[in-house]
Amino acid sequence: MASGPGPYQAQILDHYKHPHNRGTLDPATHAARESNPLCGDEISLTLRVDGSDRIEDVRFDGEGCAISMASASLLTDSLKGKTLAEAGALDRVGILKGLGVPLSSVREQCALLPLRALQAALGRPPAAQGH
Amino acid sequence: MAHAAKVLLNVPEIKKDFPILQRTMRGKPLTYLDSTATSQKPKQVIDAMTDYYSRYNANVHRAIYELGEEATREYEGARERIAEFIHAKDPMELAFTKSTTESLNVIAYGYGLKGVRLKEGDEILGTVLEHHSNHVPWHFVRDLKGIVLKYVDVDDDGRLRMEQYDELITKRTKIVTVAHVSNVLGTINDVKEIAKRAHEVGAVCVVDAAQSVPHMPVDVQALDCDFLAFSGHKMLGPTGIGILYGKKEMLEATEPLLGGGEMISEVHLGTAKWNDVPYKFEGGTPPIAEAIGLGAAVDYLSRLAMPAVRAHEMDVTAYALEKLAKIPGLRIYGPRNVNERGGVISFTMEKAHPHDIASILDVEGVCIRSGHHCAQPLMDRYDLAATARASFYVYNDVEDADRLAAALHKVNEVFG
Repeated sequence: MASGPGPYQAQILDHYKHPHNRGTLDPATHAARESNPLCGDEISLTLRVDGSDRIEDVRFDGEGCAISMASASLLTDSLKGKTLAEAGALDRVGILKGLGVPLSSVREQCALLPLRALQAALGRPPAAQGH
Repeated sequence: MAHAAKVLLNVPEIKKDFPILQRTMRGKPLTYLDSTATSQKPKQVIDAMTDYYSRYNANVHRAIYELGEEATREYEGARERIAEFIHAKDPMELAFTKSTTESLNVIAYGYGLKGVRLKEGDEILGTVLEHHSNHVPWHFVRDLKGIVLKYVDVDDDGRLRMEQYDELITKRTKIVTVAHVSNVLGTINDVKEIAKRAHEVGAVCVVDAAQSVPHMPVDVQALDCDFLAFSGHKMLGPTGIGILYGKKEMLEATEPLLGGGEMISEVHLGTAKWNDVPYKFEGGTPPIAEAIGLGAAVDYLSRLAMPAVRAHEMDVTAYALEKLAKIPGLRIYGPRNVNERGGVISFTMEKAHPHDIASILDVEGVCIRSGHHCAQPLMDRYDLAATARASFYVYNDVEDADRLAAALHKVNEVFG
């Protein structure tokens, strides 16, 4: 897929148009829904964790911009097989690096929405929303 | 249409007055289409403020020395010219505040909450198309005084459902509040009629004019509204200055929000008497440079003539609406007829989220807004999370609309 301008690199567009792990797990062991107050975008995340605290499967659902949706697609890919401790250690820097495109501070909030949903699902304090 | 716009306002000449419009964005001309959020400032406004700071900076009203006299003269002169601009009967019917938001809060607090005219069980009638700043202050009044809030709905084209005023205005209605122009849909509301309906039951009419005073002739006496609020920064003036207009008798029935210096006539331990209207609303050192800057902005707009400003925006908006309607997958919200709307166009695109539209336009040097525009109840009404919004002002012309349309075609290319 051809790259677009600014943050719309081929990888982002590809994940947006063909998202991985979209849907809802039922049953799930962990779930959360987060929204971005700037635009009302919403992401819900469902995880199934096995007896040894390892993420067996994960799904996301919601409505949002290309950045938040691609970020969710990439994040959910990376979560499979991780332990809860490893998932809990994911941070802003890691998410932005995974996306690998330049983002303004406002658009960064779109990119971090899936991470905030993950942190809520794991019962951890959400990522800072500051600029 | 295009040639008519150029006759009304000489946009290339106007653009020269705005230093910021001389800059480029990533090597492309800056196409600023977010004046609904805040307008750009002409050098006449910037110079007037610099002039105050460099030539006659002093506090207003109490200084004995000449410098203070000069500052007071300019500050009060600005009030007079702004009063004339909205056709107020008397400059003393205008108080300087920080913003439209602060003006609306003064009304909600000083007239609604602390004033004596509203009692528990009374009603305040708003609309679903208000900006958050004309929703939330009334929530405060409801929560603290047991007031009932009601709302007039909009139809699918973004017009207020005027027939609802018949049933929603009751003997208990004490305040009817409405935005003159919607900051999302651009709808121009019939404030004169709404004020008349309010007065029939003895209610007052409060108008959020943040999006009308900058863009069209506004005559508060013809509208016969009781209160009206607007901001400087959306009308070529600086940030940090707003106007609270009220009929003299209404301002007298309104308690001040800020206590402090200037707003009193006398203070003793434990007691104070308020200063006269409008000074009782101007506690603390006011935004002097900003008031003077707003005065210069009003001079600038008056020189262009507000009927010409309105006619120009109608031309550019009609042109843009036509252009945008041709873009595949693009949906426009609000009235189609430019007689019923201001120069703001909200839209969505089938294939791209509003944030993505705005990001791609940004790369093209085109500044538009995306989001809920501080009007979430209206977004809820149309079951939308967000829209993209382009808005036009005196320094925009059909070429800006062309650049907008070209950039939107690019959005479709990227997300097609």
